[in-house]
Amino acid sequence: MKLTEEQVRHVARLARLALSPDELTRYGSQLSAILDAVDSLSQLDTSGVPPTSVIGAATPHLREDVVAGELGAKVALANAPQVEGSSFAIPKVIE
Amino acid sequence: MPRADFQVVIGLEVHAQLLTTSKLFSGAGTSFGGAPNAHTSIVCLGLPGVLPVLNQRAVELAIRTGHALECTVAERSEWSRKHYFYPDLPKGYQITQYEFPICVGGRVVFDGPDGEKSVRLTRIHMEEDAGKLVHESAASLVDLNRAGTPLLEIVSEPDLRTADDAVEYLKALRDILVWIGVNDGNLEEGSFRCDANVSVMRHGSTTFGTRCELKNLNSFRFIKQAIEIEATRQVEIIEAGGKVEQETRLFDPQRGETRSMRSKEDAHDYRYFPDPDLPPLLLTPERIERSRKELPELPRARRKRYVDALGLPAYDAGVLTSDRAMSDLFERCVAEAGEAKPVSNWFMGELSRLLNETKTNTADVKFSPVQFAALLKAIKDGVVSGPGAKEVFAELFATGKDPSLIIQEKGLAQVNDDGPLLEAIAQAMAEAPKNVESYRGGNTKIIGAFVGAVMKKLGGKGNPKRINELLTEKLKA
Repeated sequence: MKLTEEQVRHVARLARLALSPDELTRYGSQLSAILDAVDSLSQLDTSGVPPTSVIGAATPHLREDVVAGELGAKVALANAPQVEGSSFAIPKVIE
Repeated sequence: MPRADFQVVIGLEVHAQLLTTSKLFSGAGTSFGGAPNAHTSIVCLGLPGVLPVLNQRAVELAIRTGHALECTVAERSEWSRKHYFYPDLPKGYQITQYEFPICVGGRVVFDGPDGEKSVRLTRIHMEEDAGKLVHESAASLVDLNRAGTPLLEIVSEPDLRTADDAVEYLKALRDILVWIGVNDGNLEEGSFRCDANVSVMRHGSTTFGTRCELKNLNSFRFIKQAIEIEATRQVEIIEAGGKVEQETRLFDPQRGETRSMRSKEDAHDYRYFPDPDLPPLLLTPERIERSRKELPELPRARRKRYVDALGLPAYDAGVLTSDRAMSDLFERCVAEAGEAKPVSNWFMGELSRLLNETKTNTADVKFSPVQFAALLKAIKDGVVSGPGAKEVFAELFATGKDPSLIIQEKGLAQVNDDGPLLEAIAQAMAEAPKNVESYRGGNTKIIGAFVGAVMKKLGGKGNPKRINELLTEKLKA
């Protein structure tokens, strides 16, 4: 399954990747190859199998509703490149 | 009148914050306020290698909501990742329920100006909230206190036809959520938020027009305004021969307009897929049923019962059920007192006044239903007069002391014995012989002056009914 350049560009944009024209071609064909590999699964007859998103599904472990494991602002911000007050400061996002 | 040729069609999406003490997938607290990022954990920061663990209480509240809104609660629901890049979302995806939500169907019934209305629900699902951005002059500031807070998204079918009905629907929905203890109903703090899908079509048409999604509707007034402004905008486009574009629009209350949020346009490819970190949520039929049995009587049903079974006026029933704590206390007091109307009168009058004046929550009142019933009985038995009872009630409200003790301490016991009453009457008559003559001459209305004089001598504690009887007897003699 050959992806069009348009599709590769779209996927790259969704992942916030800036690709050079060179990379577009290279990654485009790699992506297509990956999809082909996954597509080989469709050779299996799954008509009798319900769609499965999780295997070995069990009732999940549920947590008691209590406050635990709060870091506090100081620890939360310890690795932040830039801080203002107790907020993460980032390049301005204009809505 | 082009606008009149068109029918507005509205569907609403409500995001209601669940009343949990910790977040949906981590133990960080959910309390409003606090320094930015104080209520964060490794999970809400989206640090590598962490795993979400579902909050049991959030699940319980979601099931309860499903029952209250007559939904089908799913025995199996699933978690998905919704991807987009924005600085308020550290992981780069929001955990939400997509294909398999916890509740399906359901409805909200409410009383509009022209009678009962029912709006169908499409679904209710759980999801986590994003953080908050504050745009300063030089930078944007990220506060992740809200990130990971549990939300319910309640999606209605496009059943609403006027902005007024939309507001009534939202008020009814909010009342129910607050009543069942799922949400605090606070629009200003953002714990009850609404987006509106609005389209227009010509009257008689069976096909809906293209819809726009309106955001930033944080008061009932804005919701009404935004829907009306947006409907007019769409009608004008169609009348001018244009086509409405499907898009997300931001309501600007200052300018009274909606405008396109272009930045969101190419963000609609969310690439949902099942979250491998979270197994499906499986609920047994017994678990679902148990929650249904625990559901309290809802405000609408209770209002109806107050009118039908307790014989209260609709107005009383409305006021008494506007608050769950008030209504519950009322029920317990009625059970003790054995009658409804006198209890209702006290609740709507003195109790409401004192709660307001002292800014007390109904849940925190100091008196017990048994004490309240004792006061009503004291009034009925003539132990205390009407005005005296108000004084007793004020003290009861302030201290929670037994009414009998308050009556004794404050000397508020009504004088019912004929002895002291007759003594005061004799004095009053002796002091105003002319009035006695006047009465005997046919001016019977003057008895009022005597009642007043007698009452004064008794410090306001005389039994007015008995005073009247004895006075009439003596004046006629």
